[in-house]
Amino acid sequence: KRQAISLLASQTSSAPETVVTPSQPEDDFQEELVIRPLHSGDIYASFQFRTVWDTDFMGGKKVSHYRLFPKSLGQVISKFSVRELHISFTQGYWRTMQWGQPFLPSPPGAELWVWFQDTVTDVDGTWKELTNVLSGIFCASLNFIDSTNTVQPSASFKPLGIGNVTDHRFLRYATLPREIVCTENLTPWKKLLPCGSKAGLAVLMKSEKLFHSSFHSQAVHIRPVCQDWQCKSTSWELRQTLNVVFDLHSSGQGKREWSLFKMFSRTLTEACPLASSSKIYIDVTDNPQQFELSPATPLLSQAVVLGDRRTYSVYDLTQQATFGSMRSLNMLLRWKSSDGDMMRPLLHGERYVAGYGLQTGEIHTLMYNHHPYRAFPVLLLDTVPWYLRLYIHTLTVTSKGKDNKPSYIHYQPSKDRVRPHLLEMLVQLPPNSVTEVTVQFERALLKWTEYTPDPNHGFYVGSSVVSALVPSVVAMDTNSTQERPLFSSFFPSKEESSYFVRIYTEPLLVNLPTPDFSMPYNVICLTCTVVAVGYGSLYNLLTRTFQVEEPSPGLAKRLANIIRKMRGVPPL
Amino acid sequence: MAAPLTLLLVVAVTIRAALFRSSLADLIAERVEVVSPLNAWKRVVEGLALLDLGISPYSGDVFHETPLIIYLFHFLVDYAEITFMVSRKFVSSFRKQKYALEADRYPLDCLELIRSPKEMYYIPLKVAMFYLLNPFTILSCVAKSTCGLNNAVIALFILCTIKGSALLSAIFLALATYQSVYPLTLFAPALLYLLQRLYIPVNIRRPSFWWYTLQYAFMYLGSLFVIICLSFFLLGTWDFLPSVYGFILSVPDLTPNIGLFWYFFAEMFEHFRLFFLCVFQINVFFYTIPLSIKLKEHPVFLIFMQLAVISIFKSYPTVGDIALYLAFLPVWSHLYRFLRNVFLVSCVLLACSALFPVLWHLWIYAGSANSNFYYAITLLFNVAQILLVSDYFYAYLRREYHLTHGLYLKRKDGSEATLVLK
Repeated sequence: KRQAISLLASQTSSAPETVVTPSQPEDDFQEELVIRPLHSGDIYASFQFRTVWDTDFMGGKKVSHYRLFPKSLGQVISKFSVRELHISFTQGYWRTMQWGQPFLPSPPGAELWVWFQDTVTDVDGTWKELTNVLSGIFCASLNFIDSTNTVQPSASFKPLGIGNVTDHRFLRYATLPREIVCTENLTPWKKLLPCGSKAGLAVLMKSEKLFHSSFHSQAVHIRPVCQDWQCKSTSWELRQTLNVVFDLHSSGQGKREWSLFKMFSRTLTEACPLASSSKIYIDVTDNPQQFELSPATPLLSQAVVLGDRRTYSVYDLTQQATFGSMRSLNMLLRWKSSDGDMMRPLLHGERYVAGYGLQTGEIHTLMYNHHPYRAFPVLLLDTVPWYLRLYIHTLTVTSKGKDNKPSYIHYQPSKDRVRPHLLEMLVQLPPNSVTEVTVQFERALLKWTEYTPDPNHGFYVGSSVVSALVPSVVAMDTNSTQERPLFSSFFPSKEESSYFVRIYTEPLLVNLPTPDFSMPYNVICLTCTVVAVGYGSLYNLLTRTFQVEEPSPGLAKRLANIIRKMRGVPPL
Repeated sequence: MAAPLTLLLVVAVTIRAALFRSSLADLIAERVEVVSPLNAWKRVVEGLALLDLGISPYSGDVFHETPLIIYLFHFLVDYAEITFMVSRKFVSSFRKQKYALEADRYPLDCLELIRSPKEMYYIPLKVAMFYLLNPFTILSCVAKSTCGLNNAVIALFILCTIKGSALLSAIFLALATYQSVYPLTLFAPALLYLLQRLYIPVNIRRPSFWWYTLQYAFMYLGSLFVIICLSFFLLGTWDFLPSVYGFILSVPDLTPNIGLFWYFFAEMFEHFRLFFLCVFQINVFFYTIPLSIKLKEHPVFLIFMQLAVISIFKSYPTVGDIALYLAFLPVWSHLYRFLRNVFLVSCVLLACSALFPVLWHLWIYAGSANSNFYYAITLLFNVAQILLVSDYFYAYLRREYHLTHGLYLKRKDGSEATLVLK
């Protein structure tokens, strides 16, 4: 059976003019794993699986024969007229200052942003259906995405694939910071891969090791890309990425020594037979003599990624020789010394809530520009739920102590129980400075049914998104035609001197004042009593008149009067 | 008369100016007892900021003032403090014109019930003092709550009604209704007063009654219509209707205040929400007809009763609304001998006013109390107000009884009689 699959794979990856029948579009699958040792001793592993398929989901003919591209996602694209779909599930927060920039950033919790085709008439209805369907596909509670946490950013989140439509009425962005990621989400994600978790790099994804980490993020990105450099036709690209950062100390030993077996508790035995390329890149830029890598590999490649030229040792899994005599590949990295600095990330963001008490508060967002002499503009996107009432007249943006007026502000105020606040700003960050954005808010008292079952845990506010084109010290590679590793080709570079970076700040946890949940009946009774007191007093005074009172005599006198009446004698 | 009044005004302005400049101003502007989502100054500034950003202030849910207020403050935003103090001055000086004249057609032994002209001379000054030096008013003014503007409009309305000019009275009433829906109930007492002034008897069968009612209603509705259309043309949209009136009537914002609505609707079962909302809103308008029937010869007292009912049962009351009807109390100082609960009511009001900030702090900042404590004081405060109002009503009715039947009543056997309500 394996031979049959490999025969089929070799057939489809061979020269196109011989084998492929005209009715069956071409598809291609690549997989790669990048391992980057971090300066803190942790290790960052990034899996990317890319399927490219030359088909037309939007055309009249219904696509029915799926091969490498997962059918569930193909049906989602055609049914909901999706142009681009980006969904990520993340557990943990990416520490930029300690770990550098990730290849694919993602905020804690779940994030979903979708560009619809311009043929869609009811975008909100389609969005609602799409979130429910995705919730089923990924076993996540994406059905909590509704109008109270969906926004339409006007400037951030431009399409990452090709296309002309930039009317932001077709864009929807939502984030669920409270979403927990676990094995239940990993399993359906793995099922979308052509080889599943049975062959290739996906065998390494064992949940007990993957979730025992500092950071875990899995994502699916679907977008249309150019087929070739002439870009006469488009094909659909599906990228599934998994980023994980393993903690040095959670392995138990604390020694700076990593191996594939230690990280994933599995070793590699073969590449996925359906893959046209299957590679492992180990980042050896930081002083190649600093650590020892075994088994040795002759392949070296260089790539410019995130503004830095890095050197990688490459293991090609499609070559049998990589697996050696044991037929299994287990790389070992052993550190010899631990000096050297990490290149400081040029852009960094932080966010926190200031103030005390449950009435008011202030959100502070800090953006750091670590470039020594270049200033560059950043786009800040903030989505704040409606129950934190922002006062935009208290918005201040200061850099180095002076007022820094944003050149573009797009603010959409919230409507209670309908939509959240949306604040987008274009801020110029001066070189080597901290820019602080503060805005005051007031906490609302909600109806008792609107609180979560653990109301004193607090309410989450989704991460702010900072998007920027950061100036690069190394010329970026703008040539999109030649073969590049997947990790360097996700964000296309339009110019050589800068690269695109997206930073997510921390989510916030804010407490709201709570009513007493045990009291609804009591409150209704007591308040109605007060209203009744008012009603009663006024009713009394309105319907009765004053009269002179005849005092009623005592009991003895009354009895005496009764006896006297019986006798026929006048009363007392 | 002018000299003490001027002195009083100077003292009041000094107190307010001193508080404006101190650090207490920010603290007071945030207190939920003094400002509500309807009339907070912070929200007016927010609305102006949204207007400057090019966004309609009604597209969000923060701003609930009427468009005329936005445009008024657009021009006056730097002089806001002065505006509020000036409106205070108007209120007080218009009060001084307003007092009820007593006819002298009462039996002889009631002479001591009738107020002497000397007493009445000092009433306007007392009213001005009650209003200007009332801590509630001072707090409301320092917080720059637009409640002061509301009060000024209502005071102007009362002045015009007393003076007898129907058109101006209708215009000011329309303005007051336009700002918050509840002064609609003041239509009845104003009508009754004007009818009384023109000696038109209140008789359903008389055509002159209907004719005058229609005239007044026409003037009122006409000016209301003109003001609403003017607001539409100022902003270009009808968005302000659901944002202002929909907000007042449907109470979506449950920010704590001194009223009864917030906690009730925070703890309401969803199924019954609409029902109880209707009940509570009808409750404000409901007392108009019975009170008008009972007090049709005493429209000025009817105005007082209506103002009190509105201030207690409205959806977002603040201490500024209470100060408005409390300022009327010196007008009825002659009822003092018939009041039964003065001590209790004043003690409860003072205690509750002192406990409000304490329990708020314990709930919101210290975290050692919860919302029930604040709610309990709210209930007590409203019960005290209800008691005060019904006490004055009782005293007024009793005085009327004594005026017609004599002050010292004797029973058949000559002993002193007691008077009860039956």
